[in-house]
Amino acid sequence: MSAVSHPESQFEDLEGLLACPSCDMLLNDRNVAANEIAACPRCHTVIEAPRPLAMTRIIMLSFAALILLFAALFFPFLELQAAGMMRHTTLLDTIAAFSGGLTAPLTLLMGALIVFLPLVRFVSLVYVLAPMAFGWAPLKHAIPVFRLVEALRPWAMIEIFMVGVAVALVKVAGLAHITIGPAFWAFVALVIVTVFKDNFMSRVTVWKTLEARRPS
Amino acid sequence: MENARSQTPVLTAHEAGLIGCTSCGKVHRTGTDRCARCGATLHAPDGKSLQKVWAWLVAGLVVYVPANVYPMLRTTTLGQTTDNTIVGGALDLARHGDYGVALVVFIASIVIPIGKFAAIAYLALAVSRKVRMGPHARHITFVIVEFIGRWSMIDVFVVAILASLVTLDFAATIRPGIAAISFALSVAFTMISALSFDPRLIWDTKYR
Ligand SMILES: [Zn+2]
Ligand SMILES: [Zn+2]
Repeated sequence: MSAVSHPESQFEDLEGLLACPSCDMLLNDRNVAANEIAACPRCHTVIEAPRPLAMTRIIMLSFAALILLFAALFFPFLELQAAGMMRHTTLLDTIAAFSGGLTAPLTLLMGALIVFLPLVRFVSLVYVLAPMAFGWAPLKHAIPVFRLVEALRPWAMIEIFMVGVAVALVKVAGLAHITIGPAFWAFVALVIVTVFKDNFMSRVTVWKTLEARRPS
Repeated sequence: MENARSQTPVLTAHEAGLIGCTSCGKVHRTGTDRCARCGATLHAPDGKSLQKVWAWLVAGLVVYVPANVYPMLRTTTLGQTTDNTIVGGALDLARHGDYGVALVVFIASIVIPIGKFAAIAYLALAVSRKVRMGPHARHITFVIVEFIGRWSMIDVFVVAILASLVTLDFAATIRPGIAAISFALSVAFTMISALSFDPRLIWDTKYR
């Protein structure tokens, strides 16, 4: 993106302008080609980085994420063996670990951070982007739904949970024998898919596409 | 202007008498309330957001105190119950020789939270010109705080996973302690504090 070169101009047409979302620098808006990266010259924030077929890829990854999330929820996650005893734990058990006593509200928080909010994001993304990928007009309420997707981004903590699992495994490694269940691998795949999906997204590009396709 | 260093002369939407959307970048005339493209609320880059930043930061600090005083984990082995605070847990790991994990826990639950409180407070003071810090340093601090804030939640997850794995069937039981709640709240409040920060203030140098 380039800086606006004639500050004395009266800015009669605001359509050709873009303000950097993170530093407010006034830039000349232009159509960014696929595989090109448009960054702000002042703060170097990436403003647009469209990839070929990005929308289609995000939708496919979101579907994969949905399937993996269900697999991760209902298959055995970890298996622990000690002193002839066996214990399976699923992701749901982990979330419910706080359910007793004073820590009960944490169960809701955990469920939200690692299951519910990621789920809402995947579904909402498909809802917003599927019509875009087919070149159709956006569905009803696509704009507030995409705002929700963006607002939830910091609160969907799948990848952080995964690192937490690794730390916990090291902690109990001396205590018992641990077997990793299929849900564990589903979850690992889910983390990878999520990271990829978020890298394909460029917020400004989605907003511009939504605006361009809006039925008038 | 501070930006003489970089060649491009900088004109912000605010300086041009316009108002830029912080979520989609669309430029509007001053006086517009909602973005025509994405529906976000438009606001000028003034210091109003800082009140929210301070309020959530103080809330995060207040609940961080019980998170360290009360036990995070309650381990019962053969009828004997031991309470472990966050620091105690890290020390235990180190005693068992797991220096790597001890370090991860220590950094995630002590160094990062405290560093985050300090960084947000310093940033807020810097943009209100109470302390000196150049825009580039502020920008880097902000990017780091924003990226790292969520990762503190890892401690809460570790407690949950341990509690669900090690239960009554075994010689040992692990139950989450009350500190897990205040720690989770502290992380959430600090995240909200950082999210309330208007990044446009970081680059605003016109009163210098
Ligand atoms: Zn910028
Ligand atoms: Zn907008």
